[in-house]
Amino acid sequence: MSKFRKKGGNELPPISTASLPDIVFMLLFFFMVATVLRKNDLKVENILPNADQTEKLDKTRTVFIYIGKPSAQYRNAGTESRIQIGDKFVDVKEVKGAVFEEINKLRDELRDYVTVALKVDADANTGIVNDVKKELREANLPKIIYITTQQEAVQ
Amino acid sequence: MAKRSAPEINAGSMADIAFLLLIFFLVTTTIDKDKGLIRQLPPPIDENAPPPPVIKNKNLFIVQVNRNNDLLVENELMELKDLRQAAIDFLDNGGISAGEEGYCDYCQGDRLSDSSDNPNKAIISLTSDRLTDYDTYVAIQNELGAAYNFLRDREAQKRYGWKFTEKSAELNEGKIVGEAAKDAVKEKLSVIKDLFPFKLTEAEAKQN
Repeated sequence: MSKFRKKGGNELPPISTASLPDIVFMLLFFFMVATVLRKNDLKVENILPNADQTEKLDKTRTVFIYIGKPSAQYRNAGTESRIQIGDKFVDVKEVKGAVFEEINKLRDELRDYVTVALKVDADANTGIVNDVKKELREANLPKIIYITTQQEAVQ
Repeated sequence: MAKRSAPEINAGSMADIAFLLLIFFLVTTTIDKDKGLIRQLPPPIDENAPPPPVIKNKNLFIVQVNRNNDLLVENELMELKDLRQAAIDFLDNGGISAGEEGYCDYCQGDRLSDSSDNPNKAIISLTSDRLTDYDTYVAIQNELGAAYNFLRDREAQKRYGWKFTEKSAELNEGKIVGEAAKDAVKEKLSVIKDLFPFKLTEAEAKQN
């Protein structure tokens, strides 16, 4: 009997999954390359305001200043809006020094024409932002950018 | 003794490991898309500088915002959504009559005598309170920027057939190839910029 039966003639051959790892690795490499690990970890709340007349930021010659209320695990820093540059909270008077410290971390050829990017929480007040701007003006760093999310500003 | 062949390594779990890594990177990735409003701060205060020239009242567009985020434009209450058009009307006014010095031949405004003389004379003054919300402040900056962008786009469209904002974005993203082409675009952009120079002064409201 069995002599005449065709060997597995009716069954579909199993799909080979041998190339699955390759595909997954390809995706993996893409994300590894695209990933920018956050350099400084954010200690303030940072929900950005909306604007639609925006321009893109050239990342390489930029120093970031974060302003917002300290987030939950940093409540000992108070509940008022604070300024964060690099990894630490700074006072308005220390802004200049901290910004120059960050500029010194940039590559030599990029140190001229530095842009200061202000990432300010939408709930913050303009007072603290104006204080920072005054410091930047005195430090002769005139180019600033208010980082926003891309959305219409007027609802 | 019989020769044993080396056992084959089971590669079945390779996919699992790769997936694990993949998911890790998927979660940690933030594809950066920082965009924003670029502004220029004034130079540091120089005490020896000569006193600034007196600006005619009609060339000044005064925007004030208080701690309740109410907007006062030229001493009248205004909604945020009307600010863009009001700023465009002011900048585009071109109040000097034809034939006189400083006549604005590219303006399409109402040419009122009590509004700005010429776009390069027109200055917008923004006064904010310390307690103004930052998102309102950014929205105002955005609307004022939009007014300039609208006028620059219109002028570039008329002269060169493309939009100012689109072309300058292309230039910044390196989409324009070749030094000669870049220089040509830069020159045209600066012509438009000179026609509608961005003049915004900022001040903080005095505390009483």
